Amino acid sequence: MAQIRVENLRKQFGGFTAVKDSTFTVDNGIFFVMLGPSGCGKTTTLRMIAGLELPSDGRILLDGDEVTFQRASQRDIAFVFQMFALYPHLNVRRNIAYPLRSQGVSRAETRVRVEETARLLRIEHLLSRSVSGLSGGDRQRVALGRAIVRRPKAFLMDEPLGALDAEFRRLMCGELRQLHDRIGATTVYVTHDQLEAMALADRIAIMNQGVVEQIGTPQEVYDQPASMFVADFIGSPPMSFLRFEGSVRRGETSVRIGEAIVGVPELREEGVQGPLALGARPEHVTLADDGAIRGQVFGAEYLGTTQIVTLDTRHGQVKARMPASVNVRLGENVGLRFHTRGLALFDAASGRALRSALHEVTTHG
Amino acid sequence: MAEVRLDGVTKRFGDVAAIDDLSLDIADGELLVLLGPTGAGKTTTLRMVAGLERPDAGRVEIGGQDVSIEPPAVRDVAFVFQQYSLYPHLTVYDNLAFPLRSPARRLPEDQVRKRVQDVAALLHIESKLANKATRLSGGEMQRVAIGRALVRAPSIYLMDEPLSSLDAKLRAELRLELKRIQVELGATILHVTHDQIEAMTMASRIGVIAEGRLVQIGTPREVYERPNNQYVATQLGTPPINLIPVDLLPAPRAPREARMIGARTEQLRIGAANGSTNRAVLRWVEHLGDQNHLHLEIGDRKLTTLADPHSHWKAGDAVSLELVDPLYFDEAGVRIDIRGENAHGD
Repeated sequence: MAQIRVENLRKQFGGFTAVKDSTFTVDNGIFFVMLGPSGCGKTTTLRMIAGLELPSDGRILLDGDEVTFQRASQRDIAFVFQMFALYPHLNVRRNIAYPLRSQGVSRAETRVRVEETARLLRIEHLLSRSVSGLSGGDRQRVALGRAIVRRPKAFLMDEPLGALDAEFRRLMCGELRQLHDRIGATTVYVTHDQLEAMALADRIAIMNQGVVEQIGTPQEVYDQPASMFVADFIGSPPMSFLRFEGSVRRGETSVRIGEAIVGVPELREEGVQGPLALGARPEHVTLADDGAIRGQVFGAEYLGTTQIVTLDTRHGQVKARMPASVNVRLGENVGLRFHTRGLALFDAASGRALRSALHEVTTHG
Repeated sequence: MAEVRLDGVTKRFGDVAAIDDLSLDIADGELLVLLGPTGAGKTTTLRMVAGLERPDAGRVEIGGQDVSIEPPAVRDVAFVFQQYSLYPHLTVYDNLAFPLRSPARRLPEDQVRKRVQDVAALLHIESKLANKATRLSGGEMQRVAIGRALVRAPSIYLMDEPLSSLDAKLRAELRLELKRIQVELGATILHVTHDQIEAMTMASRIGVIAEGRLVQIGTPREVYERPNNQYVATQLGTPPINLIPVDLLPAPRAPREARMIGARTEQLRIGAANGSTNRAVLRWVEHLGDQNHLHLEIGDRKLTTLADPHSHWKAGDAVSLELVDPLYFDEAGVRIDIRGENAHGD
């Protein structure tokens, strides 16, 4: 079991900076997800932790020991790749046993550990089967078994579910998380899928263009996004933005958007002036005849118990989640009401969230 | 635009009936979505309307005309394929104009220009008209592919999973746009997909298809709230409906012939365990942001329910479960209509 610490980590590929000055700690036993679009630097960061890539600058510490320039094989970390490769001519037992046999672990010890691993993954009944006859899911479990059996200090996983179809990915997501709850090993997991990140993580680091924009529990990054990028990347549908020119001051509890006054969580920052954006999650928007901001219904998407209604306003498109029983007509002119407590305010030029009472709400994650 | 009718259509490939006695009416101006897994027969149905496959039995009618044995060219349909197949050496403009310049239905150039510009505006690709088709993003290419169907005004648009190759965000965007365009044009569309969200959000009506047969057809709400049987119930809803034996949880209102209960996440209420028989263990709390999915185990059954994201439930907790107006299914898996059901919902 291990704590992983990354300090001022930087990686340069020629003139391109893939990772810019990252610092974070993954505490012992945590399921830590690095989330971001392709090219954001998440996989490069993971590969540096693994020792598959050397940093241009900065340090990596494993349980307080510096491992920055150690070989991958000296780091006692198991890396699970996107495409699992199993030995097709070996049965399940031998595939799982392989890393131990190659380390010279005794036959008896290997036997005990393979069986224990199979029990954890609930594949004991498959041990003597050939891997070539297995279903996709069972192959994946065997590949995981090969990583677990070594009992490494930490697991690093690079989109291990990326190649699976949606339904199966969901299932494996649940299994991975429950496996983590059973063995409690520190895990760093890379994905571009926000739903997967929200579902799996104790903590999420959201990366954009080589920079970690926010680290927090799934609920924190959803409720209190640090930037417009995070607010847009997390959530399905994402946060909507109402863009306006204006100024806000410490202690204020409302903003003026065009003619409308909209209540916001109390501002905790000195004056900010210029292009601003009000951020609203779909569940924080309702329709109200007397709503100060007006919009036209652009579309309604039925989802069973709820629906997502998309509204065109003068300040941008807004999505609202409401019960499917609410009747809306396309093109209809409606008023919007916002739930003050959940609203976020951004400096639209930099994308940075302005500090407000929103950030003082404690969330459970 | 016109009404399209399939009447007792059967299509066999060798010994296998890909489509088995399928009847379907698509009303003028309707967006009908055929929903089903791979191999259910949805694409074959679409291809028979297009004339790319010939039925072994039954009739295909477009606008009251029997076209069962007519070739595709005379059917007046426009097909959008899953993989956008654009002409890479042509500009976006020429790709869009292509169907209007075909010898069979050649239009004067000034009319071509007007149609192309209208459709480009509709799809928000006006600024890309001069680009080569290959110099576009995936989303833009798929817009052009859809646009190439839209420049014509055929009796029906046939769409074969046109959004499935796009990433989630783009898919959500185009879903909404395609629906808006359909309403604006009053277009008749037969759209096939295996994506239930696409079906629910876009369809005027959904036809649920399995093993070549139409299992149920109705508005998204009808199919979601009043599925004919267990199979249909599992096709809509995220996460999928919980199907449990009738005696797993207390169900005082269950009809006598009920064997299985279908409980969607919103039909399962969770509470603190009180030592009773309906005791479950919480295995995993899945965060979605606006809500949490709670994954539970009771006996050897796995169930999923919803909770407020700010509730305190955590993995390992023992909880009690209560059913709230669930669905009941009989021995054969057919849903049992219970009295008073019409009072709620629609």
